[in-house]
Order: sequence, then C-alpha cells, then structure tokens
Amino acid sequence: MTSQNLSTREWLLSDTPESRRHARLAAMYKGWLTLRGNHMAMIGLAIIVVLVGTALFAPLLAPHDPFVQELGNRLQPLGTEGHILGTDTLGRDILSRMIYGSRITLYIVALVAMIAPIAGLLVGTVSGYAGGWTDIILMRITDIFLAFPRLVLALAFVAALGAGIENAVLAISLTAWPPYARMARAETLTIRSSDYISAIRLQGAGPLRIITKHIWPLCISSLIVRVTLDMAGIILAAAGLGFLGLGAQPPSPEWGAMISEGRRFILDHWWIATMPGLAIFAVSLAFNLLGDGLRDVLDPKDSAS
Amino acid sequence: MSTAISIENLNVYFGEHHDLFQAVKNASLSVEQGASFGLVGESGSGKSTILKAITGLAPQWDGSMSIEGNTLNHKRDRSFYKTVQMVFQDPYASLHPRHSVDQVLSETLQLHGFRDVNDRVNKLLEDVGLGPAFRFRYPHQLSGGQRQRVAIARALAPEPDILLLDEPTSALDVSVQAEILNLLSDLRSEHGLTFLMVSHDLAVVAHMCERAAVMQKGEIVEVIDIADMRAGKTNQDYTAKLLDASANRVA
Repeated sequence: MTSQNLSTREWLLSDTPESRRHARLAAMYKGWLTLRGNHMAMIGLAIIVVLVGTALFAPLLAPHDPFVQELGNRLQPLGTEGHILGTDTLGRDILSRMIYGSRITLYIVALVAMIAPIAGLLVGTVSGYAGGWTDIILMRITDIFLAFPRLVLALAFVAALGAGIENAVLAISLTAWPPYARMARAETLTIRSSDYISAIRLQGAGPLRIITKHIWPLCISSLIVRVTLDMAGIILAAAGLGFLGLGAQPPSPEWGAMISEGRRFILDHWWIATMPGLAIFAVSLAFNLLGDGLRDVLDPKDSAS
Repeated sequence: MSTAISIENLNVYFGEHHDLFQAVKNASLSVEQGASFGLVGESGSGKSTILKAITGLAPQWDGSMSIEGNTLNHKRDRSFYKTVQMVFQDPYASLHPRHSVDQVLSETLQLHGFRDVNDRVNKLLEDVGLGPAFRFRYPHQLSGGQRQRVAIARALAPEPDILLLDEPTSALDVSVQAEILNLLSDLRSEHGLTFLMVSHDLAVVAHMCERAAVMQKGEIVEVIDIADMRAGKTNQDYTAKLLDASANRVA
C-alpha cells in the first residue's frame, strides 16, 4: 500500500502533467500541502470542521432538547450533573442550545458569504472595468450605502422586511457589500491596464469574458480573505440584531441571542453569557486563521517561490 | 508585392481635453507584405504608441491606417485580430498569472473558432520550441524566455499574417535574446509573416529588419534601409547620433 500511495503522491507532484485533470489535481494537491504547512490555518480548519460536524449531527450530539424548559432547575452552574455547561434562565441545557446554535451560526455565515462578496465583486469589477459613467453611478451608490452606519441601515432593512434570522442576514449582507465592491474595483483598476488583459482583448475577447474569466480569478483571493476576516463581525452583528429583537427570535438558540439573554445575570451567573461567547470567539478566530492560510495558498505571487 | 500595413498622417493622443498629450505626430509609413520593418528611437519617442494605435489599444487617433488594403476605423472586428497579432514587451506581464499555458492557448484558439484545439496547442508549442511538458505549467514555473515563447505561440494561434513586436527581447538577458530573435526569424520565413518591430536597440533592428523608421519626439525623422544604416549613410543628424551612440554595440 505504501508504494501505491507514494506513486499517487509522485503522480500528483509531477512537474509535467499529462492532462488538464492531472494539472488541476496537482495544483490542488500543492495548494493543500501549502495549507497543511501552515499550522495556525490547520487549527482554524479543524475548528470549522468540528463546527460543521456539530451542526450536521446536532440531534445525536445534544444531551437534551434545546427547547425544553425546566424551571425548577434554572441557572445551574457549570458541572451540574446532566448539564455540563449549566442551565439558563428557563432551565434549558446550555450545551444542547450551543450545539443547535452552531446550525444557525453556519446558516448566517453561509448566507452572508453567498450574498455580500458576490454582489460586491459584481459591482466592483463592472465598475472598474467599464469606467466612465457606469463607474461614477455604481460608485456613488456604493458611497451612499457606506455613508450609513451599518447597524442603523440593517435596522431599517429589518424593519421594512420583518423580523427573523433570514431578514437579519439579508440586511447585514446589504450593508456589507460596499467594502467588497470598493476592493474589487481597486484591484480591477490595476488589472485592467495590464498587458495580459490587452493581450486577450487583441484576441477579440468581449468585456463579459474578460471580467469573469480574467479579472474575477485575481480578485477572489483577496475577497475570500476579507470575507473570513469579516465573519466575526457578521456573527456579532446578527447577534446584535437578535438582542434588539430584530434578529433570531426566541426560543431560537442563536449564540448572540443567548449572550444577550445571559447579560442580565452576568455578575451572578457568568457562564450563561460566557459559554456562547467563547463559541463565537472560537469560530471567529478559526475563520481568521483559515483566511490567513488561504491567502497564502491563493496568492499566485507567493506560490511562485 | 502588396502593402501589408499602410499608415498616413497618423496622430495619436493621450489624456483628456485640457491635458491632451500628442504622442505621435503626423507619422506615415508603409510595410510590404512579407517584409520586416523596424521602428527605432529613444524611450518616449512614440514607437510603441504606433503599435497601440494599430491594434486599437490607443483609441484616440486620427489620420488613416489600412491593413492589407482594408481601411481601419475606430472599432476593430474579429477578422482584424485574425490578421494582426502582437507580442508584448514584458513576458512577465503579458501572461495571466493564474492561467496555465494550456488555458492561454486553448482560450485564444476557441475565441478564433478553431475546433481541433488539442492538436493545435501541441503544434503551437512545438512551433515555438517548447515541448508538451510545458503545456500545463503556470507562468511562474517558466523562465522569461519560455514565457516569451508562450506569448509568441499565443500571437501565432489565430494564424495571423502580420505580427507586431513591441521590443520582444528587451526584458530578456542577452543569450535568451538571441534565441528569441532567431525563433522569430525562423517563424517569419516558415509562415510568411510580416513584421513591424519596435526596438530601442539598433543591433536588434539591424539583425531582424530590412528597413527602419527612426523616431524622435513622436515624429518619424527618417526612413532608412538597413544596408544604408550599416554603411552610415544617413540623411539626418539625429539618426547619425543614434548610430554613434550604439556604434560600439553594432560593431
């Protein structure tokens, strides 16, 4: 088996790939090796894998139903029998609520990561590549969105769309895209005047092909890094909306909402707010670490060495 | 022989109304089919700008230009790109950093509507002296000379008649320069190409071209036969000065 594995590895690391598929697999394998060499990124990846696993198998992992209230057993401290992380104000098991809350967190993260960067990328690259009036109009719209305080704008959107976690995420995404648009535009401006864009224009390529096939691949790496760095802020913004009663609605076990519930007892029963806080901290840190590692993999200039 | 490139009274401008800069002033030249024509001059004399105007990368121009008898207007169509191709100065900047050699060539071939992309990519690589081993490499895995060969392969992909060369060797070291120049000469005789070559290096132009235009501050000072240039028979002081300056290198 070892020799077989070794030959697969050699096949993947071959300097002279024979087919397109081989070349792509080899590039991916080399990227994975780079990522694996970055220990901090691997820690981040491990935390995120655990988070995804927890979310997937929440019903199997959770010791209690996260919604069952047991008023005689409320505000139990850490290490209570049957409730390792204690219970909250209504006697619900905090560990179970955190396990189920990972689903909501992932849902928020996935939804925001789908909407905001893609909208920003679209607006930014079109604006940067087209220039002229298109650029002026799109960038002024971006400026208008940037000029509002983020949470206030999100509040306005939620008030218009109605409360709930989906609308909260949508509102956060709508306020989160302008920085991505600005970044993508800045990158596009440096890329569009480069020789390789001139070269493909001389082959008769249209703007659509140039933007999607030649500019996007170069913008995406910095965008991914920015998304992972923003994730912590996004989770907290969702929690903030939940605190104001405009995000996750009780009894949903959203981590941010759990913190705001525990806030009332923070002096006497600190674990109620602290445990979900630690979870948010760990996940945000994991995204930051992974984002940093991904940057090293995705940046073509760094992988040249 | 018919005329491949004909340019008359070409003016090229950069910038907006208030700070308009005229990079090329009243330039006229014509290149016969199958000939190799050089454009020489110091930096900023407008040599490359003429190539940019022909390819449509410098959109602000007036005067008249025609390629193989077809007059060019301000919009280029696909048949133009099938006739005229360009090799850029810096092979480190002219290849997309995230596209493999295969992607670069296949995309070009697809854009020009070729069907047998796979065979053609291999043939192109062979033509420019790169083996199939280079097909799936990325630009950062190639040396400067190899990159320039890929750029030449890309320019040859649509089977053009005319190749515009914008200082194709100035970013390379001397031994590689000779290889690329010889490759270009071979390809020219093999495919019957017409060359319009920009260079600040008189030795390169003397090696590659039959005739050359000397440019200074956006104007064509003199069009001269290479044989006359070697013999030192110039009509203009500036040409003589330019020759003097590079005399040590030509000899």
